[in-house]
Amino acid sequence: MNAPFAPRVVVVGAGPAGLRATEVLAEAGLRPVLIDEAPRSGGQIYRRPPVGAERPATDLYGFEAGKAVALHDLLGRLGDRVDHRSATLVWAIEGRRLSLLGPEGPSVLDFDALVLATGAMDRVLPFPGWTLPGVFTLGAAQIALKAQGVAIGSKVALVGAGPLLPLVTRQYAKAGAEVALSLDATPFLPKLLHGPSMLASPSTLLKGLWYMAANAASGVPQRFGATGLRVEGDGRVEALVWRDGRGRDHRVACDAVGASFGLRSEIQLADLAGCRMEFDELTRQWRPIRTSEGRSTAPDVWLAGDGATIGGADVAELAGTRTALALLADRGIAVDTTRIARLDAALARQRRFRVAVEKAYPFPRALLDGLADDLMLCRCEGVTVGALRAAATTRGADEMNRLKAFTRIGMGRCQGRVCGQAAAEILAATLDRPIAEVGRLRGNPPVKPIPIGAFAGAFATEGERA
Amino acid sequence: MSRRLEVDVAIVGGGTAACAAAVALRRAGLTVAVLEKRRCGAGASGVNFGGVRRQGRDLRELPLANRSRGLWDGLNELLGVDVEFDVSGHIKLARSETDLEELERYRLAARDHDLELTMLGANAVHAELPWLGEKVLGASLSPTDGQANPRVVGPAFARLARRMGAEIFEFTPVEAVASTGSGFEVAAGDLTVVSRRLINAAGAGGRLVAATFGEDVPLTPLSPNMLVTEPLPYFVSRSIGVCGGDVYVRQTRRGNAIFGGGRGWQDHDLGLARPSSEQSVDGIRRTLMLVPDLARANVIRTWSGFDGEMPDHIPVIGHSSTTPGLIHAFGFSGHGFQLGPAIGEILAELVIDGHTPTPIEPFAIDRFRDWSPEASSAPDASVHTEH
Repeated sequence: MNAPFAPRVVVVGAGPAGLRATEVLAEAGLRPVLIDEAPRSGGQIYRRPPVGAERPATDLYGFEAGKAVALHDLLGRLGDRVDHRSATLVWAIEGRRLSLLGPEGPSVLDFDALVLATGAMDRVLPFPGWTLPGVFTLGAAQIALKAQGVAIGSKVALVGAGPLLPLVTRQYAKAGAEVALSLDATPFLPKLLHGPSMLASPSTLLKGLWYMAANAASGVPQRFGATGLRVEGDGRVEALVWRDGRGRDHRVACDAVGASFGLRSEIQLADLAGCRMEFDELTRQWRPIRTSEGRSTAPDVWLAGDGATIGGADVAELAGTRTALALLADRGIAVDTTRIARLDAALARQRRFRVAVEKAYPFPRALLDGLADDLMLCRCEGVTVGALRAAATTRGADEMNRLKAFTRIGMGRCQGRVCGQAAAEILAATLDRPIAEVGRLRGNPPVKPIPIGAFAGAFATEGERA
Repeated sequence: MSRRLEVDVAIVGGGTAACAAAVALRRAGLTVAVLEKRRCGAGASGVNFGGVRRQGRDLRELPLANRSRGLWDGLNELLGVDVEFDVSGHIKLARSETDLEELERYRLAARDHDLELTMLGANAVHAELPWLGEKVLGASLSPTDGQANPRVVGPAFARLARRMGAEIFEFTPVEAVASTGSGFEVAAGDLTVVSRRLINAAGAGGRLVAATFGEDVPLTPLSPNMLVTEPLPYFVSRSIGVCGGDVYVRQTRRGNAIFGGGRGWQDHDLGLARPSSEQSVDGIRRTLMLVPDLARANVIRTWSGFDGEMPDHIPVIGHSSTTPGLIHAFGFSGHGFQLGPAIGEILAELVIDGHTPTPIEPFAIDRFRDWSPEASSAPDASVHTEH
C-alpha cells in the first residue's frame, strides 16, 4: 500500500535496467508500478520461455545464467512491494499520464516520476532478399531459441555487426543447429585496434573471445568484412551471397538467415514524454539526452538502460540502480553515497569499454552503398529505395518527416522502427549531407499498434489527484 | 548575413492557400515572397482529414467551395504529382428524425448554391453501406465530393510556385510586420522583405499578424485529432460524415481507414501539437459504433497539427479594414483543405483587381469590429466538426 503522499513512481520495462530500478524504489518503500509488454520479467536479453516450457538457465543464458536467475527472482523476492503489470503496453504519454493497454483492457495511470527502461531492438538494414520468408533479425533468431526452443532453420547463416553475433552463433551451434556461416559485416582490423581498450571490462572481452574460439572449435565458419550482401531464393531462403574484402563473391547454401546490424534504442516513449534528443555519432542514432545519473531533459522523467544509450545488459543493471538512487535523492530520500560512488566508477569503466566496442564494430555503412532502386526499403508500406531517392531529388524531401509525408516511409505498422535508420542513411547519402541533418521521424502515439476492438468497453483511471 | 528583398507581394504563411496564391500571382507576372515558419503545407493544410467536401459547409462558403471543386479535377496536371483525389462522394448520415429534417433543409438550401444533393432512405443507405453498425434513418449524398492526400498538396503548390519564380522561405518565422506608408516591411531573422502588398495567410498565427494592424479577432487555436489504421480490404466506399459531426471516416487508396477523434492539444510557443489519448479513445468508440468492422483493425498512428478557429466557424478572407494593401485569409476553422486552391486564385484577384467575382463579403474581418479580447469568453470547444 502506498504511504500517504508517497510519490507514484512508474517504471516502464522489466529488463535489467527496469528491474534494478524497481528494486531500489521498492526497497525504499515507494511500491513502484512496473509495466512491461512481456508476460514475464527479464527483458529481451533474459527473456524466459512461457510458463510450463521452462528449461535450465544454463542452457538458455550460458555464462549469464547467474545474472538471469538473479533478475528473474527479483520480483518474487520483492513480492507485494512492487505493483507489477505484465503483458501491458504503454502506448501514449501525455504530461504525467500514461495510456495503458493490458490484459484487462485499456486504462490510464498518472505518475509523479517516471523511469523509462525501454530497451533496444535490432538495427535492420535492407539488402536484396531481406524480406524473403526465412530471414530474421539476430534478436528474433535468439528469441526463437530462448522463448520457444526452436531454431529459425536447420542450416542457418548469421550476419551481424556487433557482439550479439558471436553469442547467437554460439547459442545456435550449442543447440544443435548447423551454422553454415557466421558473418561479421564489419572488418576484423578495428577489433584488433580497439581490443586493448576493451580491457576496461576484461570479463566481457574474455567472454566475447571465448564465444569466437568455441565457434571456431565447433567448426563454424566465421568471416569478417562483408559487402554486397544478398539472400537468394525462390519464395524462401536458399542461399546467402556476400563479397569479401578482396572483392570475391561467396555463396553459402542455407534455409534461414539471421541478420541485423547492431542495436537501436527504443526511444519512442521518451519522445512522447518530451525528452530532448541528441545525435550520437558513435552509434549513428538519436538518443534522449541523459545525465550520468539518469535524468532526462523532461521534469521527473528518468532514463536507464539500452533505451537511452546502448551499453548492454551489465551496464543496464548498473544504470537502473544508479538512476533509481538519483530519483530517490531527488525526492529527498536518503541514499548511500558510497554505493553511488561505486556505481559511478563502474559505469565510467563500462563507458570506456563501450566506446571501444562501438569502434570495434563500426556501423557497416558500406552495405547501403549502391543499393538498387527497386529494393524494398519500407516493407510496411511497400516503398522502394528508388522512391526515396526520387522524393529527395525531385520533390525536395530533405528531412525524414518530409520524406514520410511524400513517400509513406515510416507510416506503416512499425512507424519506422524497422526502416527508419536505414532510410535516414540513404536519404543523407542521396543528398550528400551529414546524417544528423536529415533528422528523425517524430514520434506519435501509439508507439505500437493498438487493437481498436480492445477499446469497446469501459476503462479505469488511476491516480487522479484532486 | 542580412538580406533585403523587394517584391510586389509578401505572403506570411506557407499553406496551400498561400502557395496557390503565389502560383496565381506569378502567373500574372508579379514578384512574390512566401515566408513560412516551418515547412510549406505542414500546418493545417497537411494534417487534416483530407476531405474534399462541399456538403455540410456553411452556405456562405459554398461559392468558394464550388469554385475550388472545379480546380481539384486539374490539380494532378497542374502540380505534376498525384494528389490522390478520388471522387468517392460524401455521405452524411441521419441518426434521428431531427437529423433527417436538417439534411432535407440543407439540401433545399444548397440547391440554390449550385450543390446538388440526393436524399437516400434508410434502406438505400444500409444497402449501400451494409457494414453500418448504427441504425440510420437516412442520408444525404453529395456524389461529386471526395477525398485527397493532404500531405502532398501544399508542398506541391510550394514547389510549383518556386519553379515559377516565387521566393519561398521555409523555417523563416516572421518576427515583425509593419506598414511603411507605401507598402510593407516584413522582418524574419536576417531577412527583410519589402513589398507593395501583404497577404496574411498565417493560419493559427493569422491573429497575431492582423492584431499588428489593429484588427485583433477572436481566433482560437485548433488542433485536429486524427487516427489511422493499417491498410484494410477496401470497404468504406464513400467519405462518411454524420449530422452533429462527431464521427467521420474515409479509407485511403492504400486501404488505411482514417477517422477523427475530437481535438488534440498544442503548445504554440513550443511549436508542438500532439493528439490527445483521451480524445483518441473517445473517437475510437464513436467510430466503432458506426463502423463495427473496425474492431478487427489496429490504430497504427494518431496525429495533430495547428489550425485556427473563428467563433462563427467561417474564415476571415478579404481586404483589411484598417490598412490598404493588406489582405487576410486565415481562420479556416478546420475545413480549409478543400478551399485552398480557390483561395489562392481569389487572393491573387484581390491583389491585382482589388476585387473577386466570388462573393466573400461574409468573411470580412470587420465582422469582429465590436469584439475585444477583454470582453470575450472562451468559445465553445465541445463542438465536433468534420474537418
